[in-house]
Amino acid sequence: MKIIHFILLSATFIILGTCQKKTESAFNINDYLIPQNEALPELSIFNLPADWVNQHGKAVKLADFRGKPTVMVMIYTSCQAACPRLTADMSLINKQIPEKLRAYTNFVFVSIDPLVDTPEKTTEHLKKYQLNGKEWHFLTGTEENTRQFSMILGVKYKQISPIDFSHSNTISLFDLNGNLVHQISGLNADNQELIAKLIELGKISKELN
Amino acid sequence: MSRFLLLILLLVFTQTVRAQKPMARIEGGAFAPLFGTTNQLVTVASFFMDETPVTHAEFLDFVKTYPEWRRSTVLRLFADQNYLKTWESDTTLGKNLNPNAPITNVSWFAASAYAKSVGKRLPTTDEWEFVAMASRDNKDARKDSLFNVSILSWYETPNTFTQSIRRTEPNFWGVFDLYGLVWEWTEDFNSVLLTGESRGDVDSNNTLFCGGGAVGASDLMNYAAFMRFAFKGSLKAHFAVQNLGFRCVKSEKES
Repeated sequence: MKIIHFILLSATFIILGTCQKKTESAFNINDYLIPQNEALPELSIFNLPADWVNQHGKAVKLADFRGKPTVMVMIYTSCQAACPRLTADMSLINKQIPEKLRAYTNFVFVSIDPLVDTPEKTTEHLKKYQLNGKEWHFLTGTEENTRQFSMILGVKYKQISPIDFSHSNTISLFDLNGNLVHQISGLNADNQELIAKLIELGKISKELN
Repeated sequence: MSRFLLLILLLVFTQTVRAQKPMARIEGGAFAPLFGTTNQLVTVASFFMDETPVTHAEFLDFVKTYPEWRRSTVLRLFADQNYLKTWESDTTLGKNLNPNAPITNVSWFAASAYAKSVGKRLPTTDEWEFVAMASRDNKDARKDSLFNVSILSWYETPNTFTQSIRRTEPNFWGVFDLYGLVWEWTEDFNSVLLTGESRGDVDSNNTLFCGGGAVGASDLMNYAAFMRFAFKGSLKAHFAVQNLGFRCVKSEKES
């Protein structure tokens, strides 16, 4: 009987142990010091050739964000549930990095609902949350580009009614060359690791820009 | 000069071989899919679907025309290291491959690019499921236990992906091989919110979890569809999987 208890107890500890074990991703800033004028790495999202439109109605490509770290999230402006909180989470990351580094970072929203989110809507969204700095971008594309981009981010979404989408809440951090560095999932998720990496990347960005 | 003409003719010919793959017309309708908007009918507009999955031979023709989709040149962003790995080289299948078997080891990105190259697209999950609920004689055979048993028995049969297309009998719509050979990519396969991180999803679909899931499903008989959704939920768009292929569709209004 005691043996069984012992086994159960150790099993519990092992399980607890694995749960609590943090996934320490080895983050070495030197890995990200890749010259900006060289060919893009194969896994870079900047390889995507799609055209997007920003909140000013201007045509942009993802590659335009090269040279600065990019924090990115997919939302849609008419969303009542998660998107206001995801927007707040983005704003929080922005506020938690040193003021001077904000100019050396891209903060990018990508619309899940490109048919509805016009530049007027996306401008309005940024205004509503007082995201006025030049580091803020809100992109809309075609339905095809949007689906393709979500595939790259591993963001899942489905239209569940004419006005609503069900979607995953993922904020992604990319390095200066568009390689995925870190992702956080969930609302009000712990953003400390993402911020720490962003600050490091921001420093390189500042030197280069 | 004649050689040049021949080349042009050859190009035109190969293009049409790929583009003129026979399609079946699917009369649109409403149906209750397995999950999602619980008990709500989803409407599918009329469309055309390839009668068969895209084959190795057809995909070979595609990569010959579009070098960026060859095994040695494709970006890792778009396809993992298993992409076209059973082929002998970039542009040869090799003797051991059946050219009329469905193409597999292709990523979602590659499948989408192929579809675009022939003026088609990948089916939505709703479209695919709509067609796949038909048996030989019925548009909706999901309550037919024999139909379900035959699907599940395929799911248990290994290595069916090496067999030629049109192996099975056509269904009600004249579509072949939806079951029996390979699994197929759909345009929005990632709309299934069944992730390792479902906790991160705002409104994750609780009906999809095992046990409880079956009780909440619109159709209790449809265990086979659960397997499809679970499989698709585990995929990422750059994965190239040994038993996963695709076929294309076209909206009716475009053609």
